[in-house]
Amino acid sequence: MKIIKTCLSAAISSVLIFSPMAYADKWSDQFPHIKATGDIAGDCSYEEISKKNYKGKTLKINTHAVPVIGQPTALHAEQFAKLTGAKVDVTHTPAGDLYAKAMVPFKAGQAPYDIVFGFSNFINDWRQYLAPVPKKYMNSTEMKDVTKSHVGVSSWDGTMYQYPVDGDRHYLKYRKDVIDNPEMQKKYKADTGKTLKVPTTWKEYGEMAKYFNGWDWDGDGEKEYGSAEVMKKDDLMFAAFFSRSVAYAKNPRTPGGFFFDLETMKPNINNPGFVEALGDWVEATKYVPPGGINFGLGDEIGSFGGGQTLFSFSWDDAFIAAMQDDSPIKNKVGAAPLPGADKVWNRVSGKWENQYNQAPYIVWGWAVGVAKKSKVQEMAFDYLCFFSNGANHQADLAIGNFGVNPFKNSDFDPQLYINTMGWDADIANSYTKTLNDMEKSKNRVFPLRVRGVFEFTSAVATGTSKALAGQLSPQEALDEVAKEWEAIVNRVGKKNVQEDYAVGVKMEDNKL
Amino acid sequence: MNFKHKYVFLFPGLFVLIGILIFPIIFVVRLSLSGWNSYNGLNFIGLENYIRLFTDDPRFWQSFFRLSFLSVTTVVLQYVIGFALAHMVWKDIKFQRFFRVLFLIPMMTTPVIMTVIWRTFFHESLGPVNDILSNFGMSPKWLTDPTLAKITVIIVEVWQWTPFMFLLLLAGLLSLPKEPFLAAAIDGASPVRKFIYVTFPLMAPISIGAIIIRLIEASKIMDTVYVLTSGGPGTSTETSSFYIFIKGLREFQMGYAASMSFTYLIIMIISLTFIAKGLTKLLLKD
Repeated sequence: MKIIKTCLSAAISSVLIFSPMAYADKWSDQFPHIKATGDIAGDCSYEEISKKNYKGKTLKINTHAVPVIGQPTALHAEQFAKLTGAKVDVTHTPAGDLYAKAMVPFKAGQAPYDIVFGFSNFINDWRQYLAPVPKKYMNSTEMKDVTKSHVGVSSWDGTMYQYPVDGDRHYLKYRKDVIDNPEMQKKYKADTGKTLKVPTTWKEYGEMAKYFNGWDWDGDGEKEYGSAEVMKKDDLMFAAFFSRSVAYAKNPRTPGGFFFDLETMKPNINNPGFVEALGDWVEATKYVPPGGINFGLGDEIGSFGGGQTLFSFSWDDAFIAAMQDDSPIKNKVGAAPLPGADKVWNRVSGKWENQYNQAPYIVWGWAVGVAKKSKVQEMAFDYLCFFSNGANHQADLAIGNFGVNPFKNSDFDPQLYINTMGWDADIANSYTKTLNDMEKSKNRVFPLRVRGVFEFTSAVATGTSKALAGQLSPQEALDEVAKEWEAIVNRVGKKNVQEDYAVGVKMEDNKL
Repeated sequence: MNFKHKYVFLFPGLFVLIGILIFPIIFVVRLSLSGWNSYNGLNFIGLENYIRLFTDDPRFWQSFFRLSFLSVTTVVLQYVIGFALAHMVWKDIKFQRFFRVLFLIPMMTTPVIMTVIWRTFFHESLGPVNDILSNFGMSPKWLTDPTLAKITVIIVEVWQWTPFMFLLLLAGLLSLPKEPFLAAAIDGASPVRKFIYVTFPLMAPISIGAIIIRLIEASKIMDTVYVLTSGGPGTSTETSSFYIFIKGLREFQMGYAASMSFTYLIIMIISLTFIAKGLTKLLLKD
């Protein structure tokens, strides 16, 4: 059975990757965005969508600001309008306001937007206002290629509310031309007595980043720096902090909750594991580019993607930006799992365990849903299905600042990156292997998906930014966050948060 | 004509007033007595939000004192610079019209767009300001040092809104009577004495008005902070309005944000009344 499934999956992947030729000339002439592949056969391909007629109808979309996800939304809206005759209005909103921009009208019983973009962890707050994805789309060719974990990510209690358009994880990106360079390795050894290699712990990451900070190590006449990270308050910095925390605080031997102790709902956020990670992060302010503690995601993408830093970690975008044809560092970067740690906190025994630990952080990614009160639901789902059809998806994957990252089985085939994007084989292999290994890991951390999630993540952003700015020590900052989390749990209701959190814990404990 | 008919003519204005002023205030008060957020509706929770605000939220009060510092500093600077510029172009100087228009340009630009441009200027690794200063061995952390970030906010606010002060003060100067200046000239008063004993006292009423208008506006500093620093680093540039925005529209704690807004409104009404009285006492001695 397993062999049949594998063969079937390989066959579907091959069809999706290598079937472009059928419509290549016809559609890629009109839509240069898909020139690398042409149209790819499927239920929502250019060919199929062009058969729809939505003349006289208007589709309203609220999406993120340009470029990340905002640009592909607008581009596919324009294509969709051209193909179907529909009028598509796209509104762009900053990341921090996406939640409220949809929630305010939702709460007031209105639907000014037919389609709302947000983060996948909004699902618990939004799902009551979203239309479940109809069976027709669940059975579409495109949906069948979505990985099991991303179908789960977009669903709650077995019902899919968010249409998969993106799949995200945090992993390490590094300058391969430096780390693998024998001369640099010799120099690093001579100066520090240590080996220059892809860092496997955050301490190694810090040492290397510090060494390569503030001098021109690539000979382009400009200074380079150690690391580019998302440190700007309220700009997804909480996710960057969790990426650094998982190594110290996600212990595979203590199931039952990474963020809280599921039984007592006592926050873990101020335990020594998290404090150690925040201590490392405060130290990182010394090896980021000038102004680095004000870097949002866009700055991080531009900084690493533009060749300014040795390391970066977070979403795929910086890596893809670095691998674009116009990048000065194309084929000079590598992907690897997030660094780990030589010790991990055991919250049950209350002691450090001195053994290596690494945990992938599945951040998920952009999510999008159709408003339950929308009067053009079919058109809205058609648009979303078109957005993520084979041709659009492969073209979007190749553009770093589009924010569209792998979430389909066919995305993990290195040939896709070698053939259509011109990546070196070893880079494509390390990239897909890194992503694949994360899917297989049994020590993963998933984002918090509980009621009022924004209150929790906002508290983390405020606390950690105070530590980064030197206003509080890491322990003081996280004690403040823990106190705030306890207050939020009391406000939302302990049972409510516990019930929601249990779903995430099941996933982390590999029981779902 | 029936005397009561006059009330009919008041209704349109009254309706508009109720619609855009009275109703929102009443709604905010009602909202502030509820726990409206992403998981609760418009339920009634009494004074719970106010109790939380006064007993368990030092961040609100810190942001309020930060706001007071920022608004008083920016308005004082705007007044001094605005008065100096207005005084300069009040006199017959060359290119008087050109300067009058030039000084007004910052106010005519869109604040959010200008702040984005300022943010680019002050960008610590890519901005032109540090690019120039690096030639002299300096690279200030304009947006990432807690003290300098406040100064950056002040610079942008002063640049954007000094023209407003300039406009009001120039209008005031142009409307001053000529006789006191003629009398001072006959008495042989120096320009400094003329300014201290004639111009400044005569300008006192308009100065009070301009300062109060600007204080009201400055106490709502939001877009500059939002675009420039997002309240950071840490919470070092977080003002009351930005904090209320975070609680209300980021975390969706609408009920609690309404209680902060209403408290903030009351504090502003009381403090601005006292400031206006204080300024009147100080500047209008006679």
